Amino acid sequence: MSCLQTIADYGLRSLGIGERLLPRSDFTLCQQFTLIGSGMIWNIYFGIFALAAGFLLATALAMGKASRHAVLRKPAEWLIFIFRGSPLFIQFFFAYFLFLSLKGAVPAFGLFTSAWAGALVVLFFNTAAYSAEIFYGALLSIPKGDTEAADAYGLSGWSRFRRVIWPTMLRLAWPAYTNEAIFLFHATTLVFFSGFPALQQRGDALYYANYFADKTFNPFVPYPILAGYFIILTLIVITSFGLINARLNRHLPSDTRKKLRIRPQIIR
Amino acid sequence: MGIYWSVGTVLLLLAITAPLALLFGYGGASAARSQIAPLRWFGKTYMAVVRGVPDIAFFLFFVIALDQAIEYLRHKVLCPDWDMPVRQGSDFVVCQQAKMPLGNAAQWIHETYGFGLAVVTFSIVFGAFAANVMFGAMRAVPRGQLETAEAYGMSRRQVTRRILVPQMWVYALPGLSNLWMVLIKATPLLFLLGVEDIVYWARELGGTKTPNFTDYPHSDWRMWYFLALLIFYLLLTKASEAVLDRVMARLTRGQATAGGEAQRKAAV
Repeated sequence: MSCLQTIADYGLRSLGIGERLLPRSDFTLCQQFTLIGSGMIWNIYFGIFALAAGFLLATALAMGKASRHAVLRKPAEWLIFIFRGSPLFIQFFFAYFLFLSLKGAVPAFGLFTSAWAGALVVLFFNTAAYSAEIFYGALLSIPKGDTEAADAYGLSGWSRFRRVIWPTMLRLAWPAYTNEAIFLFHATTLVFFSGFPALQQRGDALYYANYFADKTFNPFVPYPILAGYFIILTLIVITSFGLINARLNRHLPSDTRKKLRIRPQIIR
Repeated sequence: MGIYWSVGTVLLLLAITAPLALLFGYGGASAARSQIAPLRWFGKTYMAVVRGVPDIAFFLFFVIALDQAIEYLRHKVLCPDWDMPVRQGSDFVVCQQAKMPLGNAAQWIHETYGFGLAVVTFSIVFGAFAANVMFGAMRAVPRGQLETAEAYGMSRRQVTRRILVPQMWVYALPGLSNLWMVLIKATPLLFLLGVEDIVYWARELGGTKTPNFTDYPHSDWRMWYFLALLIFYLLLTKASEAVLDRVMARLTRGQATAGGEAQRKAAV
């Protein structure tokens, strides 16, 4: 079987399109590359949607935590503490079984017992909590002069937030937020190892890498392939976030800009 | 009973891994600062490789790799006249005496061996991160302090032991406490390494019918077990935060840092 044929058969296998059975014996390098690459679709899907939705909630949470009113501050603080203080792995398990029990009462929750929705919800809250902490830190380090200038111009309320506080907060938080994004993409590999089932073996990249390692008893091929894919993904994330960083800092002289320092963490 | 033991397993893992990782970290950082080039390269490569590979993939990869490496070495030593290749297609074959642990060993030896592999894996991974933190901390100790010691005629070794090491902790602690939090949150991954930890028992005991426990039929309680785990981890995080704050206060005492200065002023 030629490699092109393999790509045609397994390229979209993680979405359930193509060959139904996974290869069982005589594994070729091409099969491993194709299937693990196919699994990356899920990692990218989870990463992008959780980041996009989490960004909005994170901004709200950061503003909430910085608020003077306890009604806004307390819930934000608790949400951040709960999602930052416990392992993501346990959160996945808990959420899965929570949705499973809720499904018994309200059938509509059946949707969330599948990975594409349920795990996305968990990742969304998780990244929102971590990003909120980053944004909160940035919010506290906004130079006093900036807000005073905004006051002097007569800006208040929404326009003060939109024109001065929010852009400055993002500018300060962006390097740390880039790390969070990289880290979130790495965390997506946990999904199919927690409670969420991979229906008909439609899993993510690590799921397939693990499948090959189990079948061949040889971890030295699939995991480096996986690592290679993730390094490429990380480079793409760094590049695109770097472009946004340049845009956020475009008014500053180029030598005072905050450089992106990439320091990926491990597990959350 | 198993679940109580497994809580002990988690705490034991933390208790063994933390000092081991610190040791690995100190070794790695010292190697990276060494005057001997190969040692320096080794230290730097160690930090770069482990930190660069994506999270859980490393855990999954390393346990199998370590296991196979040990068996391969024992195979070479114990069965010198074995003429078949070790890697036969997709099988990994070593002679009976080289099996680790021995095929006829008791159950608890198997479990301890699995746990030991997990500890070593955790230590290697977290050691690399600790090495990075300590490497930074060693460089953060004011140069003047070391130069003064050299001016007093201390040898390089004496400078390291009397001046550098006692002073570096205050710079290393923020990074190390961060790492400790990450380590706590990484412990559920023991489950992926095949150790019967709390995640395993929560799944077993919570499920409606398990092969181990058929005496007490109950509905699906897994949600509650995982909720308990979530709370367990939150408490652990909270407690370590309190302890680390105190350690930081103790270490800051009398140091030439902003924190130390603030303490001095508060005392006056």
